[in-house]
Amino acid sequence: MSRLPEACDPYDADRPLVMRCACGRDHAPGEHVGAIEDSNAKLEASLMKALFPVDSVRRNFLRAVGANTARAAILSVLPLGALQAMAQEKGPIEKKDLKIGFIPITCATPLIMAHPLGFYQKQGLNVEVVKTAGWALIRDKMLNKEYDATHFLSPMPLAISMGAGSNAVPMNVATIQNTNGQAITLANKHKDKRDPKMWKGFKFAVPFEYSMHNFLLRYYVAESGLNPDTDIQIRVVPPPEMVANLRAGNIDGYLGPDPFNQRAVFEEIGFLHLLTKDLWAGHPCCAFGTSTEFIQKNPNTFAAMYRAVLTASAMARDPKNRELIAKVIAPAQYLNQPETVLTQVLTGRFADGLGNIKTVPDRADFDPIPWQSMAVWMLTQMKRWGYVKGEVDYKQIAEKVFLLTDAKKHMKELGQTPPEGAYPKFTVMGKVFDPAKPDDYVKSFAINKMA
Amino acid sequence: MHKVLNLKAALLSLLLFAVFLAVWQVATMSSGVSASQAGLSAEQIEYQKMLGKDPGQVKSAGFPTPAEMGATAWKHLSNPFYDNGPNDKGIAIQLAWSLGRVGLGFLLACLVAVPLGFVIGMSPLLQKAFDPFIQVLKPISPLAWMPLALYTIKDSSVSGIFVIFICSVWPMLLNTAFGVASVKREWLNVASTLEVKPLRRAFRVILPAAAPTILTGMRISMGIAWLVIVAAEMLVGGTGIGYFVWNEWNNLSLTNVIFAILVIGVVGMLLDLAFAGLQKKVTYVE
Repeated sequence: MSRLPEACDPYDADRPLVMRCACGRDHAPGEHVGAIEDSNAKLEASLMKALFPVDSVRRNFLRAVGANTARAAILSVLPLGALQAMAQEKGPIEKKDLKIGFIPITCATPLIMAHPLGFYQKQGLNVEVVKTAGWALIRDKMLNKEYDATHFLSPMPLAISMGAGSNAVPMNVATIQNTNGQAITLANKHKDKRDPKMWKGFKFAVPFEYSMHNFLLRYYVAESGLNPDTDIQIRVVPPPEMVANLRAGNIDGYLGPDPFNQRAVFEEIGFLHLLTKDLWAGHPCCAFGTSTEFIQKNPNTFAAMYRAVLTASAMARDPKNRELIAKVIAPAQYLNQPETVLTQVLTGRFADGLGNIKTVPDRADFDPIPWQSMAVWMLTQMKRWGYVKGEVDYKQIAEKVFLLTDAKKHMKELGQTPPEGAYPKFTVMGKVFDPAKPDDYVKSFAINKMA
Repeated sequence: MHKVLNLKAALLSLLLFAVFLAVWQVATMSSGVSASQAGLSAEQIEYQKMLGKDPGQVKSAGFPTPAEMGATAWKHLSNPFYDNGPNDKGIAIQLAWSLGRVGLGFLLACLVAVPLGFVIGMSPLLQKAFDPFIQVLKPISPLAWMPLALYTIKDSSVSGIFVIFICSVWPMLLNTAFGVASVKREWLNVASTLEVKPLRRAFRVILPAAAPTILTGMRISMGIAWLVIVAAEMLVGGTGIGYFVWNEWNNLSLTNVIFAILVIGVVGMLLDLAFAGLQKKVTYVE
């Protein structure tokens, strides 16, 4: 059984049993440093406190019989196991040691910062967040169950569930990680080519085929009359390798995740052509999710992760926390980036690479709601560009993969107020998307790749 | 005479190194000058800061000078065992992971390649039968196996070991078979005249005779394995010196990448020296 730190070990004869922290607030001293949150040890401590209200009596008793004897005696007469189970009103955690994968980008801010800030620990989880080299690897490591949950590109769980680009394995989106926060970066030599009509023959990079980046870039160039499959080249490049490729001249630009857009500016090799929020304000990007099988086998663990990540999302949404968050996620074990780059991305006061400082507070946001209408939009784009063929049952897939009801339930548990509805309409580049008529929407585009 | 030559060679090596450092220093010196802040508006100064060009602080990007390189190397070497969770470990821990993977994959390859090579080498029939398979499988880049390994083995670190196995098995197999096949006929004839039992013949006659060739195969395999592990770890990530390179590449930190390159080179050289020593031990003069 794990123990509290020395300061409040109920079986230590040489120290007073302190149940409250020296800071005067109502929590055990061990929690003050955020070290250990262990309800079992706390329960034992309160038991000792109840048995021996006078501390000197407790100490004398322990000195007389020894700590281990006392411990054994108390555990034998009291149904501690049952008491402990009752004390955890949220149900026992099925799996405590978890691995959560992430790609080192600001999109994953909530699930990364939940680690150093102890949000997983607070939910009784022992989480390792593991940096991963690319999205294909994230997919493979989820399929072979090396990761218990992961940072996804939000179209990925849809694609994997449908068997597009992999075996069909049901996956779920628990929360959206981030909204907005992407950009189109162009190499400095293209400073005078701000009109996408001039981009014929350009080579662009996106992080993965099943990504908002790919869909938004295709949408954007198609609106200017270019066919993304024939007029430009779109390559899959893992986000961390985009800047190096841009510098080497392998690509002309990319629609990529931050911090790598801002990093190109920082390295003085590229500039921000536009922020994706100007294409679709409030678009989703990455998600936090896991396999349906994991959720069925470990419902309480999943709920605990859910709460931890939602807590982090709520904190990340508040602009006044952004500078602190940049500090927390900058070190080598997380994003491994210069802090100033992350601060510019997260606070929205940034250098655009053209000599101007811009202030766009909603450049990156972390709205966690997995709107099902967003899932339907992603499916329409997968259909439009030929990633899925034939009839698509948009609503059924969206509702199966995007766990909107669960997200709202857990937000309520945490005292947050989730918004109403499931299929809000939204506008992409001036065109309203009606989730009730996805097929009409797909057919309304002249440039497409539907056979 | 021999000693004098060695001394001269060492001196020349040192001189070459000094020239190399000097050229490096001269080539990288100019990039360290930061722009003057005078005459800039507050906004322009903030913009410069956003590009990491604080007054009085030299931007670390770009190619490092030898001094920066030395400082980085010292930083890593003075604290090689730190462990900041799964994504940030000291250089010694990373090296240990890589060496462990290489060692395991290599050992497995030995266990398969040496007995199989023995059998193939002793039987001309098997040699002919196996030949097409070996010829097709040998030239496949080990990293091309990675997606297949990840899919079938379903474990990324085992996949890494598998890739090491598959790349080191071929040189060993071919060299063992060749070594065994080219043991002198006279020796085998003497053995059969003396009615030596097959097992005894294999261990007392063929093995010592073929050992230098087998060791050569192992040395080549180890060289390839060390080349491949870096690439494999860059691909699957997690731990190891290859992951270290990848992680520092993300940060575009050339200094750390160069440091890692040096470490990889030194370790590779040590591995090669170890096998060269072994080779010397089993070499015989007819």
